[in-house]
Amino acid sequence: MAGLDHDARMPLLAWLVTLLPLAFLILFATYIPAVSAGETIRIVYPWAPSIGVSLSFVIDGLSLLFALLISGIGVIIFLYSGSYLAGHPQIGRFYLYLASFMVSMLGLVVADNLITMFVFWELTSITSYFLIGFNNEDQTARRNALQALLVTVAGGLAMLAGLVLWAQAGDSYELSVLLAQGHAIHADPLYGWILALVLIGAFTKSAQFPFHFWLPNAMAAPTPVSAYLHSATMVKGGVYLLARMHPGLGGTEAWMWSLILVGAITAVLSSVIAVRQTDLKLKLAYTTVMALGTLTMFLGADTEVALAAAMTFILVHSLYKATLFLVVGMIDHETGTRQIDAVGGLRRAMPIAAAAALLAAFSMAGFPPFFGFIGKEMMYEGALAIGPAAPIVVVAAVAANALMIGVALAVALRPFFGPLKPTPRKPHEAPWMMWSGPIVLAAGGLLFGLFPGLVDGTLVIRAAEAVSAAPSDLYLSLWHGFNLPLLLSVITTALGLMLYWRYDAAMRTVDGVFTRIPMTGDRGYDATMAGVVHVADIQTEILQSGIMRRYLLTVMAAFAILVGYTLIAKDALALPDTLGTVPTYMWPIVGLIVAATAVTVFTQSRLAAICALGTVGTAIALVFMIFGAPDVAMTQLMVEILVVVIVAIILLRLPGFHGSAHAGRIGRIRDAVVAIATGAVVTAIMLAMVSMPLDRRLTDYFEAHSVPEAHGRNIVNVILVDFRALDTFGEIAVVGIAGFACYALIRLRRRQTWDAEAGRRVADGKP
Amino acid sequence: MEVVLSVVVGIMVTASIYLMLGRNLVKFLFGLILLSNAANLAIFTSGRLTWGSPPLIPEGALVPITDIANALPQALILTAIVISFGLLAFALVLAYCAYQELGTVDTDEMRIAEPETEFAKKASRAWRALSGPRDRAP
Repeated sequence: MAGLDHDARMPLLAWLVTLLPLAFLILFATYIPAVSAGETIRIVYPWAPSIGVSLSFVIDGLSLLFALLISGIGVIIFLYSGSYLAGHPQIGRFYLYLASFMVSMLGLVVADNLITMFVFWELTSITSYFLIGFNNEDQTARRNALQALLVTVAGGLAMLAGLVLWAQAGDSYELSVLLAQGHAIHADPLYGWILALVLIGAFTKSAQFPFHFWLPNAMAAPTPVSAYLHSATMVKGGVYLLARMHPGLGGTEAWMWSLILVGAITAVLSSVIAVRQTDLKLKLAYTTVMALGTLTMFLGADTEVALAAAMTFILVHSLYKATLFLVVGMIDHETGTRQIDAVGGLRRAMPIAAAAALLAAFSMAGFPPFFGFIGKEMMYEGALAIGPAAPIVVVAAVAANALMIGVALAVALRPFFGPLKPTPRKPHEAPWMMWSGPIVLAAGGLLFGLFPGLVDGTLVIRAAEAVSAAPSDLYLSLWHGFNLPLLLSVITTALGLMLYWRYDAAMRTVDGVFTRIPMTGDRGYDATMAGVVHVADIQTEILQSGIMRRYLLTVMAAFAILVGYTLIAKDALALPDTLGTVPTYMWPIVGLIVAATAVTVFTQSRLAAICALGTVGTAIALVFMIFGAPDVAMTQLMVEILVVVIVAIILLRLPGFHGSAHAGRIGRIRDAVVAIATGAVVTAIMLAMVSMPLDRRLTDYFEAHSVPEAHGRNIVNVILVDFRALDTFGEIAVVGIAGFACYALIRLRRRQTWDAEAGRRVADGKP
Repeated sequence: MEVVLSVVVGIMVTASIYLMLGRNLVKFLFGLILLSNAANLAIFTSGRLTWGSPPLIPEGALVPITDIANALPQALILTAIVISFGLLAFALVLAYCAYQELGTVDTDEMRIAEPETEFAKKASRAWRALSGPRDRAP
């Protein structure tokens, strides 16, 4: 019954929640006319104006392109998930995470304040942590979610440092202000640091080598999540950041070479790994890393065409990659497996999914007249225009694209063509909520290819203008005539088809090479985590040894060193020239204190030590008496007598001293050195204090107000019972609590002993 | 006079810290008693010393007529003496109960809350290497 309830109720929830991305999609769509006319819209709400933090948002071509992708693909994912997870007991939680993620992601791409942007950036990391670990009963899912979180948040922390440095150099936290300063930041001495820190943030988020490993592991998430986060949105956060920062931080050699090299390595490496994977979803995950590498590579450039190519590719990739992920999700959902060898011949059972997969794969492979073809042509045109790095970019792009063709065809053709293979479940078409989204996205890939005018002037080129900070009159078209990019396309296609022809052999070869590599990013992560835990263990064991005197030794040594250093560094040491007036009768008293202290330390007799302690206390009472503190002296004397009596009573029940209490001869010397240093620091503090003029303000106040306000002539008493009566009350409470605690301890002991004795008696058979 | 007492306080602190760094719980308690006395003397001295005249206001006057001792540190010390007495009484009973329970006053052997792990044994050897051979247990 409960299961039926879920089935009946949850689709309604899915419908309602789907309205959220739909509302955002409509909201952002209303900005299209203004943005395609070249406008930039800014909305500012004050947040913490005193520190320059505001909730400011900007809508230009770049943020609009991303916002439309996030909300548009969001609609499809929300709808798809309602069917994919129908009946799942935690579907409500799932939608909460998914909606939070979408809002964070939208916030990130429209934020115009560095701090606001960082907050949304971190929110996307946290919400995606929940989404990747959604199957929280699966240990792998938990581990991979944590891995994604740690990698991206560590990068985020580095990025925050970079952003703060940038804000200080540019004297504003507003991104639009900083970007308007153009390349001025290049001359700043901190530019290197800012760049490195921001790039770490972007590279970890967008899974660039050597941080690429977390993204395929994040495939532990439910498939719609992978389709959303790890193809179209979150992982593009880093790419968005690079694009957004380009007008300010970009345009230097350092920027260009780091992005091009890291991007090229990531693109080629991950597309090779993609060939080797047998899990369809993992194959797609690695091709996503390839796409992110390609985008990073092109954002390294400073030329109009290259940046326009990157923006075009963002749209191309989002359309086909979301489609393919969703198709794989349908295959998995309907057949119960997503191993490339285990499925085949599904075209009759799932014709719509097959059509969507084919359309998306042709766009991914870059065949004309699909949008992917335009993207690839733009890429080659951009690569050739990059300048000194052009050979690297061209080679990397051709290699990665050729591998992509092979993988695209393998992912789209193998499951649907050839003989039908038996699968865990009997396959049939998924419900329309699932297939409608992919078919729309895949059709978009064809539509925009045939009519690029739909998106170039309105979105893609406007986005490229925001990245290059310069107006552009580029346009997209299918046919550019016979030129070098077309030749490169032909070469790529030939290589890709060859790869697909010999796909099984290629898979085995790549697999053979990669199984021999001893170190991977994932293993590096494990080793790092194990190392962190190990260091924490060692540190805990050393610092928290469980031995009291080591704690004390550390605390006292730290006190002596830090305070002593401060006294010297701040030049606060004061050595008086004379001892001041010391009457003769004071010397015996002082001598008595010192001698009794020495006896306490050195005697081996408990009784002698107690007597010596009593002597110290009494001598101090004498000092109080001599210097005008009779009340204090009386109290001291009485407490001293009590202490001696109590200590004597208890000590008789404790064992005596045998041998040294200190660990060995060197230990004794070490303890003595720390003790002498601490004593010396205390003396130094006191000398510094008494050589300064006394601040008598409080004393003067008490002297002046004792009689008129409190009607008391003994100022000390008045302070205790009147001016600071609450303190005294607290003190009485402390003593009372200490008394109760002593009583409780003794009672507790007595009862335990009694119980133990009773237990013994029972065991012995004597009642 | 303040200078002399400052040195005396330093000596008392040295002695008490040395006692507290040992392994013997009883000596630790002696160190604690000595330390609270040293603290009181330190507060008293830093309020400056005035010979003879206690902080009293004579009958008929509204404010003190002659130079009198600083009343503020005296009030603070009175509080401190009583508080440290409470602390000491509790510490003594705690030590006594701990001895009854564990049969030792060696703080190194009192490890119920933080038991020794394999690694801690190794770390202890490292600590001991810094402090030479160990004397026999007290």
